[in-house]
Amino acid sequence: MIKVTNVHKNFKEVKAVNGIDLFIPKGEYAALLGPNGAGKTTLVEMIEGLQHPDSGEIEIMGKGWKDHAEDLHHIIGLSLQETRFIDKLTVLETLKLFASFYGLDKKRILEILELVNLNEKRKSYVVNLSGGQRQRLALGIALLNTPEILLLDEPTTGLDPTARREIWDILMALKTANKTTMILTTHYMDEAAYLCEKIVIMDKGQILAEGTLEQLLSKYKQGEVISFETNGSIRENQLPRNEKIIQSIIDPAGNKGEIIVGDLVSYLPLFLAFIKNQQLALTSLECRKMTLDDLFIAMTGRHLDQ
Amino acid sequence: MMKQISQLIGMHLKEFFREPGIIFWAILFPILMAWGLGLAFTKQNELIRTIALVDEENSLIKREDFGQFFVSLNPGEGQPLVKKIGDEQLGITTYQFRKSDWQESIIMLKRGKISMIMELVNDSVVYHFDPINPEAQLAYLQINAAFNQKSEPTKSVNISPLTQTGTRYIDFLVPGLMAMGIMMSCMWGISYSLIDKRMKKLLRRMVATPMKKSNFLFAQFVARLLLNFVESGLLFLFAYLYFDIKLQGNWLALILILMAGNLAFTGIAIFVSSRTANTQVGNGLINLVVMPMMVLSGIFFSYHNFPDWAINIIQKLPLTILADNIRSIFIEGAGLAEIATPFFILLAVGAIAFFSGLRIYKWY
Repeated sequence: MIKVTNVHKNFKEVKAVNGIDLFIPKGEYAALLGPNGAGKTTLVEMIEGLQHPDSGEIEIMGKGWKDHAEDLHHIIGLSLQETRFIDKLTVLETLKLFASFYGLDKKRILEILELVNLNEKRKSYVVNLSGGQRQRLALGIALLNTPEILLLDEPTTGLDPTARREIWDILMALKTANKTTMILTTHYMDEAAYLCEKIVIMDKGQILAEGTLEQLLSKYKQGEVISFETNGSIRENQLPRNEKIIQSIIDPAGNKGEIIVGDLVSYLPLFLAFIKNQQLALTSLECRKMTLDDLFIAMTGRHLDQ
Repeated sequence: MMKQISQLIGMHLKEFFREPGIIFWAILFPILMAWGLGLAFTKQNELIRTIALVDEENSLIKREDFGQFFVSLNPGEGQPLVKKIGDEQLGITTYQFRKSDWQESIIMLKRGKISMIMELVNDSVVYHFDPINPEAQLAYLQINAAFNQKSEPTKSVNISPLTQTGTRYIDFLVPGLMAMGIMMSCMWGISYSLIDKRMKKLLRRMVATPMKKSNFLFAQFVARLLLNFVESGLLFLFAYLYFDIKLQGNWLALILILMAGNLAFTGIAIFVSSRTANTQVGNGLINLVVMPMMVLSGIFFSYHNFPDWAINIIQKLPLTILADNIRSIFIEGAGLAEIATPFFILLAVGAIAFFSGLRIYKWY
């Protein structure tokens, strides 16, 4: 369905996208997960035809942008990161405007108003909408042409949990009803985990890992996380190494940190003994299963949202 | 296809009419300007001019003619010496003679409070004024004549003041304002709206649909054309009702030249807005185009006072071409034949600017 082969894109010195291969089959929801500057937007905009790769191939349903731009515009629905529509146009007028580009009639506009739950707001100027309503409008515009492929760039960034949830519900409904294929960029791991069967973790223009949530997490077997705070200071190289540590991050001050270990049951006693040995006391301790964020830390040493 | 265009035109028009500020500047402001300037330069008010009188040797009394002249003014105690020159037909100028010393007179002259100094030395009178200042020259001629007790020019010569329609300042001004309105409206309306849409990423979002780019730009032009005809129409209506301005030439010629002007400036506006996504840079670019033409193209005052080499250049500016031709239709009665060449020149300017702009256009 969507096939990206060895795509590169540079902006001056910066390698925004540095050799990416990706395949998304029909009906799959995929999330591009990564921190700001990971190259997610550049990759998505190349798939949208808004940017052109320096090298490499992008094919959508077997068609490339060079020769099939017109066709592709018709089968793709998209929302860009923070598009602002015309302030003094109403929701309904904005939808009508975009519907005219696709040659759609009023019936579809009314369906969309229902779908993205903006019926009550249809006479409001865009400038008076809340952040969540604007994002739903952007989503509604993306869905106008009943797209087979949906490309959403950070559709929920900056929204409160309720507004985010509303968008998720719309997307989940679409998945069951229309078998839409979707690529979504996000830096919220819960969003990726909830909506998408494929998760693609990106950093610095490259794909670090991809697969289902379970596949990704099981790459590090039963990776588990010890997150702690102490009343004193420790250094990373002091940690006991008898059991395998996958990754550890200690704050520069040395009084808090996270250790990702393969086997919590055997490591935790060692860690507690070590703290005691150092004549320190724990002020906080939490042990949990690894999440995507931890996975990202394990791979890059940084948090996702940094 | 038609739906696409009509929706896009609707978008531009709604954007315009829902912004009260824009309506004021685009429609009301030119009318206010015509009103203000027309009133200031057309209605003949009584003029008061002050002349400094320097008489350090107190020789005023010595000369009989001066003495008589000033005695005839017969000022009351502490009142200034006043002489009214002129008549109802030409307007009356009141000259106030203010006795002062040389130094003070020079200061007043520098400040623009007076334009002439009369110095009485021994038996003669010396007029000091800037010979290229027409106001000072007129004062000199009128006062000198009055002194010599010659009859005033109006008495012996038959003068017919030109106050009929077509020869007044307002007749010169309104066509210029129409041309300027078109330029301003296109340059600010189109350029700014395109740059703003690029900045908001809306342009990018729109070209990611099957929307035809040519439709988008065409709609922009049509919407502007409609707005500009409303604007020019209202300005004309106002000038017609208030100043009794009449169109002496051909209606169709006027409409055609207005359309050509719109096309020319739409093209230029699209060229100017073809790259930048920064409204402040856009501001500068628009001003770069608009300001020189505002000053040079003879909107408010004739450009014929510029040196000849400059006039050659000025006459090739699109705003000059537009203003001169609207004016010739209005006040010289020009018709289709006269405006044919400028019509095609303006179209060509628009087309060249439009297509060069399109070549380098940054949609996303």
